[in-house]
Amino acid sequence: MRSIFAIVTAALIGLAQAAWADTEVTFYYPIAVGGPLTKVIDGYAADFEKSNPGVKVKPIYAGNYDDARIKALAALKAGQPAQISVLFSIDIYELLEQDVIMAWDDVATSADDKAWIKSFYPALMLNGTYKNKVYGIPFQRSTIVMYWNKDAFKEAGLDPNKPPANWDEMTRMAGKLVKKDASGNVQRWGVEVPSTGYAYWMFQAFARQNGQDLMNRDGNQTNYANPDVIAALQYWRDLGAKYKVMPEGTVEWGTLRQAFTEGKTAIMWHTTGNLTAVRDQAKFPFGVAMLPAAKQRGSPTGGGNFYLFKKTTPEERKAALAFVKFMTAPERAADWSMATGYVATSPAAYDTPKLKDYAAGFPPALVARDQFQYATPELSTFQTGRVRKLLDDAIQASLTGQKQPADALKAAQAEADKLLKPYR
Amino acid sequence: MKHVYGWLLLTPAAILLIAFTHYPAAATLFDSFFSTGTVVRPSRFVGLANYAALLDDPIFWQVLRNNLAFALGTIPTSIALALLMAIWVNDKLPARALVRMSYFTPTILPMVAVANLWLFFYTPQIGLLDKVGAMFGAPSHNWLGDPHTVMSCLAVMTVWKEAGFFMIFYLAALQSLPPEIEEAAKIEGASRWYFFRRVTFPLLMPTTLFVLVNATINSFKLVDHLFILTKGGPDNASSLLLYYIYQVAFSFFDTAYASTLTVVLLALLAGLAIVQFQQIEKRVHYR
Repeated sequence: MRSIFAIVTAALIGLAQAAWADTEVTFYYPIAVGGPLTKVIDGYAADFEKSNPGVKVKPIYAGNYDDARIKALAALKAGQPAQISVLFSIDIYELLEQDVIMAWDDVATSADDKAWIKSFYPALMLNGTYKNKVYGIPFQRSTIVMYWNKDAFKEAGLDPNKPPANWDEMTRMAGKLVKKDASGNVQRWGVEVPSTGYAYWMFQAFARQNGQDLMNRDGNQTNYANPDVIAALQYWRDLGAKYKVMPEGTVEWGTLRQAFTEGKTAIMWHTTGNLTAVRDQAKFPFGVAMLPAAKQRGSPTGGGNFYLFKKTTPEERKAALAFVKFMTAPERAADWSMATGYVATSPAAYDTPKLKDYAAGFPPALVARDQFQYATPELSTFQTGRVRKLLDDAIQASLTGQKQPADALKAAQAEADKLLKPYR
Repeated sequence: MKHVYGWLLLTPAAILLIAFTHYPAAATLFDSFFSTGTVVRPSRFVGLANYAALLDDPIFWQVLRNNLAFALGTIPTSIALALLMAIWVNDKLPARALVRMSYFTPTILPMVAVANLWLFFYTPQIGLLDKVGAMFGAPSHNWLGDPHTVMSCLAVMTVWKEAGFFMIFYLAALQSLPPEIEEAAKIEGASRWYFFRRVTFPLLMPTTLFVLVNATINSFKLVDHLFILTKGGPDNASSLLLYYIYQVAFSFFDTAYASTLTVVLLALLAGLAIVQFQQIEKRVHYR
């Protein structure tokens, strides 16, 4: 893989030297889902160069989101040019504090450009916007959806085409879906929600469904100790501790998909990024639905955005803008969505013939899009790593029964207040 | 002239050591007295404030306790097991090469691969452990999701990974023991256990010291598996000092506090090494 990459890079450098007065756009990007996606990206870059002579694009694969952020920031510090990068949508405050990014609005000034910025789903713009300026253009984005096993529903005497629409239904149905053997050991759980990797992200869904967001739009205030937020965590804990429909303790993010495809849990909450894998592995008919509602439906968005770095010349900015517009055009967004399982970022992408055909043959591909109207931005504040970990720890302490949800969340809020005070 | 020649020979190693060991260590110590700087808020001298924050940080104390528990849980067991295995494969037994190789196999696997394997051993219901347990009617257990069992699970995996490595050292040491001693002991009528306790084990002391130092360092150094297995959770129950340093440095971007933690880790390891060498050197018989 690396050698192919080296050849591609060498070829690009060679091309760059052959032509003269080229503008070069270097960008780092992470890949967080499976598949040979570096090839897809390289293909897009080559297509762009064909239609834009005079601009050379150099994509650099940089590992997962953490690696990509570290590498891009290190490259900037070392004075190596990178004009744009795909980084975690929630890195925005960190990048602002490092003062390395600039707003797209400052570059995208023509009427056409302004229309382009408005062409995305509004839910996807929330994480990329700070003080009414757009810093992140959505590229690889996801949400949480509910997968359910239709065979298990049938076996439990439930309608296999009717997933739970609210918390009460989910509790009741999950109770029926739990299957035990003769000696009372659980063979199949009713529902599982992962709580190791991205506990805060899953919890945002519960909190949003109970009517609350976890942070403000300026990224300097969290809302962990709100009574409705505490009730949301209590419900998550109760699924295991009280209703006995979910395993007690934490549920591993990485193995949950296997547990579902092997029929060990009838319902799971997971990222849309798993859609293609579940489709390939499940030997039973399964459905994909929006997450259930309490006071309302709700799910956070997730994934990566395009950022524009400050240390760039006007020509480079122009070329970068053209490239990002190319990458997010409806045709390409549709193609990227089918290749990865990420949601396409604009309504226009869902109107393209190829994505329409794909969705007609595989309706679950549309669920994430339909859920956007209930979406909330992913948890992101100043000092985001620490503030997020406070919540992760509080969730895990509650789920494992070490602390009461109210105590854990109040303590986390107090700590978060200390961290965020300087930013108010 | 001779001096110059000597220094020239030393230079490559010295440059590498200074560039990659001594300078970073000194820079880390230096950084621990400053605050973390961003473009908006430049770094400034804060004296011992980072160390005061460290004393007040409950997660620091928890990861330190975790690390000590991890060390106590892995070091004696893996050394005892390594010694046992070495003595076993040192005897003449059928398919000796195969047995030796199979004991050594875990060592050559990368820790991340091992962690991915064991993740599926420990996974509730679909994991190997639960499947074997289910044959005997045992209920499923959430091994890694329960703060009371997660540390033991990591310790068992580490012992499995490490014991084979230490076995090789013991095996080499055992083979260098002169056979006359054993013959003499047999003629004197010493029992096998007596011979092991009074002759073999003392003669293996230099190896034990070496293995002990390595095992101790490893118990602070090995954190690869945490990225795969638990990410330090649930609620920091399985987090170790070095993993916490990684989180502080690369997830929180707090380089100053990460430096402070690193200084503590370095001091801890240096202290341990000194104690080990002083205490055990007294009982080691070098030949």
